[in-house]
This record gives sequence, structure tokens and C-alpha cells, in this order.
Amino acid sequence: MKSIVEQNTLALSGNEAVAYAAKQSDVDVVAAYPITPQTIIVERFSEYVANGEVETAFICTESEHSAMTACLTAALTGARTFTASASAGLALMHEMLFVTSGCRAPVVMAIANRALSAPLNIHGDQSDSMAQRDSGWIQLYVENAQEVYDTIIQAFRVAENHEVLLPAMVCLDGFILSHSLENVNVLPDDVVRKFVGIRQFPNVLTHEGKMAPLKLDPENPMTMGPVAFPNYYFEVKRQQEEAMKNALKIIPQVHDEYAKISGRSYGDGLLEPYSLEDAEVAIVCLGSTAGTVKTVVDELRDEGAKAGLLRIRTFRPLPVNGIRKALEDVKVVAVMDKCMSFGGYGGPVFHEIRHILYEAGKHPTVVNYVYGLGGRDTSPQQIRKIYKDMQKILREKRVKNPVQYLGLRE
Amino acid sequence: MKPKEKSWKEISIAAVCWKPSTETLTGDWKTYMPVRDLEKCTRCLLCVLFCPDGAIHWKPEKGDIEFDYNFCKGCGICANECPTKAIEMKLV
Amino acid sequence: MRLIIIIWEALFGELKAVENLFEVRWHGRGGQGAWTASELLARAAIYDGKHVQSFPEFGPERMGAPVTAFTRISTKPIRMHCSVYEPDAVAVLDATLLKTVPVTEGLNKKGVIVINSKESPADVRKMLKEDTGRVWVVPATEIAIKFLGTPMTSTAMLGALARVTGIVGLESIKKAVEERFKRSDIVDKNFAVIKETYEKVCSE
Repeated sequence: MKSIVEQNTLALSGNEAVAYAAKQSDVDVVAAYPITPQTIIVERFSEYVANGEVETAFICTESEHSAMTACLTAALTGARTFTASASAGLALMHEMLFVTSGCRAPVVMAIANRALSAPLNIHGDQSDSMAQRDSGWIQLYVENAQEVYDTIIQAFRVAENHEVLLPAMVCLDGFILSHSLENVNVLPDDVVRKFVGIRQFPNVLTHEGKMAPLKLDPENPMTMGPVAFPNYYFEVKRQQEEAMKNALKIIPQVHDEYAKISGRSYGDGLLEPYSLEDAEVAIVCLGSTAGTVKTVVDELRDEGAKAGLLRIRTFRPLPVNGIRKALEDVKVVAVMDKCMSFGGYGGPVFHEIRHILYEAGKHPTVVNYVYGLGGRDTSPQQIRKIYKDMQKILREKRVKNPVQYLGLRE
Repeated sequence: MKPKEKSWKEISIAAVCWKPSTETLTGDWKTYMPVRDLEKCTRCLLCVLFCPDGAIHWKPEKGDIEFDYNFCKGCGICANECPTKAIEMKLV
Repeated sequence: MRLIIIIWEALFGELKAVENLFEVRWHGRGGQGAWTASELLARAAIYDGKHVQSFPEFGPERMGAPVTAFTRISTKPIRMHCSVYEPDAVAVLDATLLKTVPVTEGLNKKGVIVINSKESPADVRKMLKEDTGRVWVVPATEIAIKFLGTPMTSTAMLGALARVTGIVGLESIKKAVEERFKRSDIVDKNFAVIKETYEKVCSE
């Protein structure tokens, strides 16, 4: 059992914490393109490259599409790769996200969540990463700068695990977390290096009839990501889904191993329940807003209300059993969505929570609050309103408006 | 006899090909094949450069080119590009 | 005079240390360093072993546009990630903002507002839209020009705010300035500014 390592406290913004974690993680290739609010991540990393603090090949590409292609191909040759993007940049790489997960390249990307245009908005909401939830990438959402530091380091381990081998995106709210300077306890360089280790490769059968490490190498030529006709494509995709299932097991394992050396944990790594044991009303949300909700929950508990929170840290793969179990005794659940699914009756997280509870024998009444679009601030008072509404539903036993917009001027 | 297709558990990760693509002889597809007049041929090697399938090879030990009819699909580009019209496309 | 300051500091400092959460709002114009000032305050508080948050609120990102920044300091980990609605202290780096930006919004009567101005506190109070909080003024622009040669009022206002609120000490601020600016000549000049405004800030 490893003991907790002594750590330094640094003043880092979310972006700087990402860059610092990437610096310590022995990354081989960074190919990136700037976009607000992630620009500082790659700028800071480029400073580390210029100072010689890292041995990383830094490629400035002409667009995010090219950045992802460069990361993917570097990863396929065996490099550990990292990049960052947001909003329109992430949208531009959309095609390549599917290629990266299809080729099983363990690229790690930081996403500083930002609203999508039009109209142009540089502030934080989760529309960009939510739009990519079908891409086959692991998605982890963090609550503060400390967690983003911890999660980037863990992401390399999760992505490179042989049972997973999927790319991972670590999402932090744009401006709210990316530009917010907070206390971050950092591990010593050698501890992180040891934790992430050197990338290992599983063996595959190549067309030369021999088993070789899964990487592009002239010594052992192989074809990755070939054409797959209707008779095989389906099977390849099923394999990807199996990898996602395995990730549900690997993410908590890596999280627990990290917790032993850092002393910090976030629930079980998949979900973080807060004050949920005997809760009657609970909010489900992702990201930094969960922090604000925690302060409101504490106040409500002091007032005698049975309020709770379930923060989803791992959104892909979706921890179905965990969510069902966490919410089974709650009476009313409000899902907060920092994203709209136009024409879809509520936001994406609402859809997912409702549909996985469909088969559960006993399940709560689930309602939706779309909030914070375009970086609209969400105050503790507004969150209190959500709990008040839920208590009203509990009393009156009916739901007037299942989908509401928090803080919208009607 | 078509070989039994693999299940999703049996195929390689990342769809890495377990058979070389050269096992499929694409030359089967051709209707016309290139035939060379050895006297007109100046060994300029333009046909070698232009062949989209890489089915014409320069053999240094022979000092001459060779058509690989296993992979030639009979597209006729070599006949088109040949400056001395040494290549003629004939029905297979 | 020194004795009075020491007693004042002890009193004020103690009062604020008991507070669980202390919130500051900074008002400036793009390019004056409001965000830097809020960051420096946060960094100084980390040296005191506190938990901090420092973040900006942008409109259009250009020089001269109004910029708001916030600093939260607490003895416990800060979980909130919303805006600051009821600051305990407000610092205004540019007095021209008093006409257009509601600088006293959310500030209660027990709060303090420090304004960069040559005028007297009583005159400045008349310029405020709301009659709230205790008004302090310091001629930050003049002091900044004297030591730095530019009207970069971030460190000037930091010194004044630290004195007025007692939330961080000069030693911690010095460490924060060293960490942020690195070059010793810049550090020394800025620290001279901070010490000057620390002394010169005055109230009604």
C-alpha cells in the first residue's frame, strides 16, 4: 500500500493545471491549434518545450482537424500524444474523432468547454463535448482545477490500458475553470512519471503471419484502420463498445491507485454522490456547477431538507448501474444540462438519465433544467429554486413543466 | 469454399489486417491486357511510373521491364502514355 | 503613527481572518491589470495557507473595455463556481468607470471600496451611485507613474486593498509579486508601489 506523497501547493488556473499535468506525464507529441478558452494550455506547454523542460515534439498545425490527424497518426506509431481544443475547434475535428477511436489510438485531449456558434460566444457551456458523445471517446468532466490536474494524469493510464485503448477527453468548463486560479496540489515529477509509466503495446496478428506490438513500425509492417466492408465493420464497432465497457472497470482502478498516492478521490472515479444516502430530492449535473450545488446542499441540509447531489464525473462510458443504484431511493431528480438538444425534449444528460432508469423497477421522477448556455452565470439562489421546485413536485405529486430553462428571461 | 468469417471477439484490435491484401489477385478483373512490342520499346520506363497499380516493374537483372499480370487491371494508361506506342491493349 | 497602523492591522486583520469566505471584486479597463491584481491577491493568500479562487469576467477582449475580476479567499476549500454577488471589498482601478459601471452593486454597508483617485474620499463618495460601504481613496495612477513610468495601477491598488482589508500581509504579497514578475527590477519597482499605496490609502 503506497503512502500519500508530499505535494507542493501551486497557484494554477485550470488551463495551467492541464499544461502542468501534461508536462509531467512524459508526452511525446503535442499537435495543437489555439482557440479561446484553451489557448493558454498549449501556449504554456509550448513554453515548457522551448525551455527544454519536456522532450516533446510540438507541431503547430493549420487547423484542429489536422491537429487531431497528427495526434492520431503519432499515437499509432507508438507515441504518447496530447492536445487541447474547444467549441468550434472540437467541432472541426469531428470527423477525426471517430477515426481516432476507430483506430483505437489513446490520444488524450483537454476540452475547455465553450459554447458553439452561432451566435459567437467564447464563454463556457457543454455543447461542444456533448455533441461528440457518440464519437467513441471516453469523456470525463471535472469540477475544479485540482481535479483537472489529477484527471489528465489518470487519463493517460486509462486510455493506454490494453483492455481499453480508447482516446479520452477531459472536459473543464471554459472560463469558469479554465481561467480560474485556484490552489492545486501537485505531485513531484518522478512520482507522476512513474504513475504514467512508458506506453506498452498489446500484440496483434499481422498479415505477415506473426504477432507484433500494435504500432506502426517498418520492422513489423501492418495495416491499421483499413477498409472494412459491411461483412466486418459491425464487428469492429462491437469491439469498440467492449472497450468502453472495460473502461467502466479500468477508470475506477486507476482512480483508486492515484488516490493512494495523492490522498484525493472523487467518489469512485465514475460518479461522485454528495449527501445522497437519504436524499429525497437530488440534482444530477456535470462540471463546476456541482461545486456550487454542494454549497447549496449543505445549506439546505442545515435547514432540515433532505437534499443531495450526484455529480457525474465519467459521462462516457455512462456508469449505468452506478447511476441506477445511486438514484434508486431518491424521489425527485432534477438533471441540469449545460447544453440543448434542439427539438429533442430536454438536454442530453436528461435524455440519458431518463432512459437508463426506464428498466429500473423503482425510479424517481426526473425533470430537466437547461442552464448556463453561453456562459450564463448560475447563482446559488437559482439552484435553490431547483430544489424548491422539486420539493413542490414531491408535495403535489405532479410535474407541470418537465423541461425548464434556468435563468432565462421569458 | 468461402472461409468462415470471424466473430467480433476473434478479429484483431483496430481492425489490423490479418491477411496481406496481395493475396487477392486483382488482375482477375481485367478485360484487356497490355502487350508490348519489344522492338518499339525504348525502355524509357514511363509506363512503370504511370501504372496506377504498380504492376509494371523494372528488373535490373534483366535490364528490362516486366508486366505483373496478377495485378494489372487492364486500364490502358501505360498504352496511352507510351511515347513510341509500343504497348497495345489486347482482349484477354 | 506606526503604532496606530500596527494596532489597526491587528484589529482589522483579526476580524477578517475569522471570516470563512472573503470576496473581492476588481473593476478596471482592459490593459490596466485588474485581472493581474486579483491573481496577485490570490497568490499572496495561498502563501498564507488559504484557499483561493481568482477569475475574470470579460466582455470584448480589447484594451480599454471594462474588465471585472474576482478574488475569493477562504480558510476552507472553495467549491462555488459562480460569480461574486456580494463582495466584501471592491477595488476600482479607473475612476472613469464610476460613471458607467455599477461598482457598488452588492456591496453592503460593512464593506469597503477602494478607488483610484486624487480626490478626497468625501468627494468620491458623491460620485458613487449607491451610498454604501466605507470609501477609501489612493492616487494609484500618480504613484504607479512615479515608480513604474506607466499608469499600470494593478499593484498600486493591490497594496491599497491589502492595507484596507488586512486580508493578506505585505510579506505574502512580496512573495506573490516575485513569483509572478520574476525579473528583480520589475519586482522591486512594483513592491515600491505597493508599499507606497499601503501607506497612502486614506479614508473619510
